[in-house]
Amino acid sequence: MEHSSLQRQVAYGKKSLVDQGYLDEQFYELEELEDEASPNFVEEVVTLFFCDSSRLVANIEQALEKCPQDFRRLGSLAHQLKDSTTSIGALRVKNECTRFREYCDEENLQGCQGSFQKVKREHAILKQKLEAYFQLLRQTGPAARATCSGD
Amino acid sequence: MENLSASSRTEAFPVGLRVLVVDDDPTWLKILEKMLRKCSYEVTTCGLARFALEMLRERKDHFDIVISDVNMPDMDGFKLLEHVGLEMDLPVIMMSIDGETSRVMKGVQHGACDYLLKPVRMKELKNIWQHVYRKKMQEVKEIEGHDINEDIQIRNEFEDFEDRHVLNGTDMNSMRKRKDVDNKEHADQEFTDPATVKKARVVWSVDLHQKFVNAVNQIGFDKVGPKKILDLMNVPGLTRENVASHLQKYRLYLSRLQKQNEGRNFGGNMQSDFSSKDVTANFDLHSSTQMQQNGASSKYIYTNQKIPAQVIVPDGCADDFKNVVSLQVMDSKQALLSDVSDSQKVNSVSQLGVLLSFKEMMPIVDMKPLEPAISRHQSWNGGIPVMQFMQYPKHNHKRCSLLEDYSCLPKPDQEHQVFADHVHTPPSVISVTCNTEDDMCSVSELKPVHTNQKSSHIKPISPVPFMTNPVSVQVDSGLSNTQDYSGLSNTQDFGATCGKDGSTNQKDHYNDQTCSGWIPPPLQLSLTNETDLVSLPEQLQLCSLQGIGCFENVGLNNMEIFQYNDSTSAIEVHGNWYDSLEFNCDYLYDSADYPIVDECLFA
Repeated sequence: MEHSSLQRQVAYGKKSLVDQGYLDEQFYELEELEDEASPNFVEEVVTLFFCDSSRLVANIEQALEKCPQDFRRLGSLAHQLKDSTTSIGALRVKNECTRFREYCDEENLQGCQGSFQKVKREHAILKQKLEAYFQLLRQTGPAARATCSGD
Repeated sequence: MENLSASSRTEAFPVGLRVLVVDDDPTWLKILEKMLRKCSYEVTTCGLARFALEMLRERKDHFDIVISDVNMPDMDGFKLLEHVGLEMDLPVIMMSIDGETSRVMKGVQHGACDYLLKPVRMKELKNIWQHVYRKKMQEVKEIEGHDINEDIQIRNEFEDFEDRHVLNGTDMNSMRKRKDVDNKEHADQEFTDPATVKKARVVWSVDLHQKFVNAVNQIGFDKVGPKKILDLMNVPGLTRENVASHLQKYRLYLSRLQKQNEGRNFGGNMQSDFSSKDVTANFDLHSSTQMQQNGASSKYIYTNQKIPAQVIVPDGCADDFKNVVSLQVMDSKQALLSDVSDSQKVNSVSQLGVLLSFKEMMPIVDMKPLEPAISRHQSWNGGIPVMQFMQYPKHNHKRCSLLEDYSCLPKPDQEHQVFADHVHTPPSVISVTCNTEDDMCSVSELKPVHTNQKSSHIKPISPVPFMTNPVSVQVDSGLSNTQDYSGLSNTQDFGATCGKDGSTNQKDHYNDQTCSGWIPPPLQLSLTNETDLVSLPEQLQLCSLQGIGCFENVGLNNMEIFQYNDSTSAIEVHGNWYDSLEFNCDYLYDSADYPIVDECLFA
């Protein structure tokens, strides 16, 4: 009972993340890659993503501080971050990155700064939500996870 | 063993397909690796394009196909694509989140056999084997083509005989039959023993490519044709088809460089994309240099291949520049083995930054009419370009070079000492000049660059081992610019002071520093004039750069020269090179350092 309840919670959690636009179908694709050889694949990938994307976010922050006029560089960094977001399907972060890039192309510093704050925020929110999700997932155990990834 | 594994691989084709994945994003690398493994492929991942190229060069037959991202910080994916196409002739698939038609077209133009959009799905990866298969089939056709050539030659010989017609007819028939049989055999072999097909594939080595370029230049780029080139090259076993396909790639490469140079202002940013197109070359060194506003600044650029060359670039003094000049934008045309970074790669705050590629074929200078692109390259925005040689020494794993590993940046003192050991070369002058008035650059004397720096170091340049048509450049060792060195030696500080107007800070910083390990051992390059460009001593050795790494001991094929055009006095050129060795360390730089380096790149 508890098991299926947890499973339901996990399934619900995932669905709501997708419904609210935090994640897209790429996340499901990752789940399909999970197998016996790599049972925690999705979590590993997500962890790697946040590790790398945090670095990229810091890079952008630094660039905005130190070389704010270098829009080319900012755009390039934004592209890198966006590229990264597509790996796990971080939809909201990706969309904010797109806007940020647009501001870079327009060389609109204020726009860039405002947009970047949003990028940061979405990034932090997603991180929080996914951490909670995986925590829940771990509780369900590997067997349960195998079942609910099919959901 | 290769044959064995090849056979076993082929039998279960496409199982075991050997894929090399290149992407700077670690998350994607992990995902792609997983996906490809699920397709039963043999996967190797790589986070740095340079490293990938190195791997490909070292283990030529180790991979069947390459998948690469388009936007990578250390090298443009298209560039990697070209290199792989020219040197290894492997199918390359490009990937990007950017699916704009223009980009996709560019990919195809550069020879990509496919262009995937991120996020990439597994089903798209399942079928990549078709590109490998297709290429093998094309190779078989090339073999057939070779047979046809033989047939024609034999036929011609027989035409000299009395019973020509009869003989010809007979022989043609028998030759045709033979050809058919051969074709069948080849077709069979293709499936059973890829090794045979592999043997037929021509590997464009440094030597071969050099011969190719020589032939092209001799004939004249406009008049060039595969048959003419083949004849001139006089390489047994080489077919017209081999040359034709290589020529096509070469043309693509040149046109790409030409376009980049055309569209570029000197104010273009320099990306850390210096590459040497050499079978064995590695371009791994990225250095950041900066030209100071006051006094002459010199810039050391090291070509990865075997030639550690230093070029002193006078800084913003217009007069100095006039005398110095130089230039040769040959680069693209002579794409050969040393790929040139495009001018856009040169990061200059002001107008500097024209890339010169000092390809082996310096004589291209003479080919003025044949190289319309060159004239375009020459159209700098005023000022006289300064020539710089760029070198990419092979990364020395033991040492920490500038940007390689921030945690082990060389201490200035140590660097200084090390440097001192190498600084005993007689002054020489880099004499390559470019007459900016003319469309074609001609090489003439380059005046020594003078520096006002406190510490003046000799800038030795190690000999450049050109294979053929060597270029000789004399470097004035009396000139030096510690600024560059110090900047290079201490990226952290450099980065710390990096900023829009960080020149002053940097300058101060530099003056406090002594030369870092940038300075390579003495190099004897004497570049006097056009003709001399061709006469570079062949026995140039590659010496290792302190803190940079060691150069490969291969003949120098190309040297890249960065040309800085300084039309104003306030010129600041920012070159930024990444040490390719970064891939040895985690390709993830410290978040604190990476941005700094990046900044310098584009500042």
